[in-house]
Amino acid sequence: MKLGYYPGCSLNGTAKEFNSSLKEVFAALNVDLEELNDWSCCGATSAHVTSHILSVALPARNLLIAKKQGLNELLAPCAACYSRLVSSQQELKLDEKMRMKVEDLLEEKVTNGLQIINLIQIFQKIGLDKLKEKKQVDISKIKAACYYGCLLVRPVDIALPDDMESPDSMEAIIKSIGGKTVDWNFKTECCGAAHSIAHTDIVEKLCKGIIDNAQKHGADVIIVACPMCHSNLDMRQLNIIKHYPDHKPIPVLYLSQLVGLSMGIDEKKLGLGVHYISTKPLLEKIKSDALPTEVKKEVPAPPVSNDKIKKGVEA
Amino acid sequence: MKNLKAKDFKQKLIAITSQDPAQCYQCGKCSAGCPVRDFAEAPPNRVVRYVQLGLYDKAMTSPTIWLCAGCQTCTSRCPQEFDLAKFMDAVRELAIAYGVKSADKKTQEFHEAFLKQIENFGRAYELGMLIDYKLKSKDFFQDVDLAPSTFSKGKLSLLPHNVKGKQQIKKIFKESGEVKK
Repeated sequence: MKLGYYPGCSLNGTAKEFNSSLKEVFAALNVDLEELNDWSCCGATSAHVTSHILSVALPARNLLIAKKQGLNELLAPCAACYSRLVSSQQELKLDEKMRMKVEDLLEEKVTNGLQIINLIQIFQKIGLDKLKEKKQVDISKIKAACYYGCLLVRPVDIALPDDMESPDSMEAIIKSIGGKTVDWNFKTECCGAAHSIAHTDIVEKLCKGIIDNAQKHGADVIIVACPMCHSNLDMRQLNIIKHYPDHKPIPVLYLSQLVGLSMGIDEKKLGLGVHYISTKPLLEKIKSDALPTEVKKEVPAPPVSNDKIKKGVEA
Repeated sequence: MKNLKAKDFKQKLIAITSQDPAQCYQCGKCSAGCPVRDFAEAPPNRVVRYVQLGLYDKAMTSPTIWLCAGCQTCTSRCPQEFDLAKFMDAVRELAIAYGVKSADKKTQEFHEAFLKQIENFGRAYELGMLIDYKLKSKDFFQDVDLAPSTFSKGKLSLLPHNVKGKQQIKKIFKESGEVKK
């Protein structure tokens, strides 16, 4: 299988472990990645928050390169790039005036037909059976909270065809490689995204909420498919640890890293050593011979009487 | 106000977003699910209300437009299928075009610093962006403790990558500047 590849800026920098793990996994699955020649930034958040034309034209340059390279499918593993690429493509399709402007700027005709896919979709395409076949390591001792964030499932209708409020396609992938997942509430809550630098306090509070909910539901690890979600949940967890002394650190892995672990790929090659929150306890748990920890049976809370609700007393 | 007239605001907004703000019937479902609602002085539906009432200045000077993280939760839940995330983008773009003093300078400076690298090199250059942002915001000490580990993990490169087709990128940026005049 040959596939166009748009790594995006983050995968060459802060998310280099996303890039390396993905390449290892696809090599094992015999998927050839053909990187776009001279690709450029999609403009990310900063383009669409300040200029409409930038937000359409910057991704469009890359869509045209893909067509020139004769590619029909383009993998954009970064959820933000993915969202910008599909949004630009959609706008070029629907807005005649914008299309003409972009064609004029890039001196080329915009053509349709390129299929842009994200990490979840490529695993679905390869087939979950194939992932199951490649499984070598038992990862059933750990429980994963699948975090989709915003841009895998939105914009609705053109992004991942899954439930926008409660998606489960990532869970299906993890189950196919023998992993366990938790049911939780913050799968598609925003992590604060690009506010990481200018409003670190906001990101910290939003991420604390996400992590707390994942842990409350028994997760040992949070799985993501977006460099921005990763950097906020992993790197900004250092700020959380500083400000919340009771905080229990939780590692955050890219989906490709977990799939790679199940295939028995070397931890170093998967970039598991460059996280801010150590992945060591998690890796030890996977390797440990101990039986999976019993899930504590929660005693259902007694029904709350109407009086209590009226008085606002917590049950 | 850079050649732009206030009365053109609504027209321009509709031209950018291809939707009329009157579509919003103020149910507030967007604000109920907004992740930055707790940090913003006005909930997002109120910014739409400002525009509906012709209070364009209030909309453009609201910190809410800069706090919007672009998560699109509002857009996906709106019963009127009003694309609020797109509306926020457009109000922000017009605020810049009108030369309105930003109510959230730091966020604007961050985006400007990020885009400057794309304009210069074609790809994001994180170190350049951080230096540029720090010079603008004068926030020199934030995250300095993270720098050594980020370097040693190989997550921050010293030099930018230069895209060959930079002329095309410069042209796109030039056009975006023209739009704002």
